[in-house]
Amino acid sequence: MTITAPELEKTIYTRPESLTSVQTHYCPGCTHGVAHRLVAEVLDEMGLREKTVGVASVGCSVFAYNYFEVDFVQAPHGRAPAMATGVKRVLPDRTVFTYQGDGDMASIGMGEIVAAAARGENITVIFINNANYGMTGGQMAPTTLPGQKTTSSPNGRDVETQGYPVRAAELLATLEGTSYSVRRSLHDPKGIRNAKRAIRTAFEVQQRGLGFSMVELLSICPTNWGMSAINAMHWIEEKMIPFYPLGDYKVHPMLAEVKI
Amino acid sequence: MAKELLKGNVAIAEAAIRAGLQAYFGYPITPQTELLEWMSARMPELGRAFVQAESELGAINMVYGAACTGARVMTSSSSPGVSLMMEGISYIAGTELPAVIVDVMRGGPGLGNIAPAQADYNQIVHGGGHGDYNLLVLAPSSVQEAVDLTVLAFDLAEKYRTIVVVLLDGSLGQMMEPAELPPMKPLKTAYPEWAARGEPGDSRRVLSSIYLDPPAEEVANVRILNRWKEVEANEVRYKEYMLEDAKIAVVGFGTSGRVALSAARAARAEGIPVGLLRPVTLNPFPNKQIERLAETVDSILVVEMNAGQMLEDVLRDVKGRVPVEFFARVGGIVPLPDEILNEIRRMASQPLSTTGHPRDRWLKRMPQIMA
Ligand SMILES: Cc1ncc(C[n+]2csc(CCOP(=O)(O)OP(=O)(O)O)c2C)c(N)n1
Ligand code: SF4
Repeated sequence: MTITAPELEKTIYTRPESLTSVQTHYCPGCTHGVAHRLVAEVLDEMGLREKTVGVASVGCSVFAYNYFEVDFVQAPHGRAPAMATGVKRVLPDRTVFTYQGDGDMASIGMGEIVAAAARGENITVIFINNANYGMTGGQMAPTTLPGQKTTSSPNGRDVETQGYPVRAAELLATLEGTSYSVRRSLHDPKGIRNAKRAIRTAFEVQQRGLGFSMVELLSICPTNWGMSAINAMHWIEEKMIPFYPLGDYKVHPMLAEVKI
Repeated sequence: MAKELLKGNVAIAEAAIRAGLQAYFGYPITPQTELLEWMSARMPELGRAFVQAESELGAINMVYGAACTGARVMTSSSSPGVSLMMEGISYIAGTELPAVIVDVMRGGPGLGNIAPAQADYNQIVHGGGHGDYNLLVLAPSSVQEAVDLTVLAFDLAEKYRTIVVVLLDGSLGQMMEPAELPPMKPLKTAYPEWAARGEPGDSRRVLSSIYLDPPAEEVANVRILNRWKEVEANEVRYKEYMLEDAKIAVVGFGTSGRVALSAARAARAEGIPVGLLRPVTLNPFPNKQIERLAETVDSILVVEMNAGQMLEDVLRDVKGRVPVEFFARVGGIVPLPDEILNEIRRMASQPLSTTGHPRDRWLKRMPQIMA
């Protein structure tokens, strides 16, 4: 079979319109970039790019606003869900999402996230669980696994004195106002495809006015885990997924009709 | 519009609504709660945004988000709640956004009590949050003035892209007085070019208080300061009473200014030549007016419901040119006109000390005052 020139040049992979054309500041291999791309692809596919306001948080993704080709505001540490509430209540027909790390959302911002979910705030939350505080140099996060060494749990997280990890997807699923709360992982291609479907569903929840939606994404932090990116992917599979099972913890019944 | 008998908190809420308020976020705290309650009924009725937030942290960050859209937004609280808002206040100032905050002050520090006080002066007038910024501070002394200044607050906030605080004490929030409300303004339909509204066709808008590059942060700091210089040049407001021939000047803001006016009138009836200067803007402070006072009167009495927070600003302006005395009730006590009258009588009849600090002399007199 002969291949013609036009077929050879067929574009099958481009930068989504919802991503800006700038160099990333994320560490090599970091899955923050993957998560950004998935959100951008979904905004493109749903035609939401021009009608969206993103809310950046404090953590490695503090500069998320540099990467998304959408209007963006930047919240104090942990307060993104409150800020998103302010934006959404004034502009109810715009798509509003927050992008938060685990220290941001599940520690300093636990009050704001639980309250926003309980209110059934019609926003979407992309939650990056990388089991540590990336930006400040790898300290213990609320998601740090029992026994996991970090720069502030040098002997491994001792649950007797440092408490137990928080399972955010399960926790938020207990609230009436939550319409969608799931956990996915970015450690392999299948996981990434599933993650994208979940992000799409979360934005569909918001489009339909069904209330609060959250996608937790298990994400690597090779720099602070002290591993190569590939070993970090394996670490997610071996250590994180057993503690943080992937799955759907709350799915609004009306989503049954949404085919993605 | 005719005068109605209105409670301070309710009057401020309705004035804000009529000034075109589009979104309100708040959290219950005495002595401010009627304001939130009024909003909870009126805002949804008018199809405008109202959220009872999970905390003052939540409320101020909802204000931050809503302010990013260019809408007219407001929150209200009382002292402990305002302390909790300081983080968001600094961020809003750093992002150069307009917003209105009403602080109905109560006794402190800590949980304190729910009685009227003026001890948030420093945290509102001289900062409280981190970084270099100024809040434009309006201090009413009657329900009518609270209405008028609330309307003004929204215009000033937008004009200077700044937070405007309406600062009053609990007695004014709780007091009922006849006042005239403004007519209902239509909601705004045009938004500034910086507003992040996810508007199709507009260029991408990003709002943040981050300037990672120190020279860029310096530029932002200088821009903010230059804008503040404009506020200082144009927006100083104050009220003068019986000062033309006064030998003693009383300086007090809000309720203490109002009580001091009663005392000054009583002293005038006794033939004591006394007048009152009541700062209406606490920031910018009427420095020039105080400086001028120091040239025309023999002595100055500062009256506050805190331990002399504004006193320091007055002393800075007076620069030791005339003796300054201080009188205050603290912890949630409103001074009585007679107490201030006694201070005026004392100043009119005795040689005044210029040594030491007026606060220290007041503190020595406090056992008798409290007895
Ligand atoms: C009020 C406040 N406290 C602390 C910090 C410092 N700080 C910046 S980022 C961060 C941790 C962020 O970690 P996480 O949310 O897990 O995101 P990651 O960097 O891992 O993506 C902290 C503690 C801050 N900016 N503000
Ligand atoms: S520190 Fe960790 S989370 Fe942050 S960019 Fe680097 S790898 Fe990613």
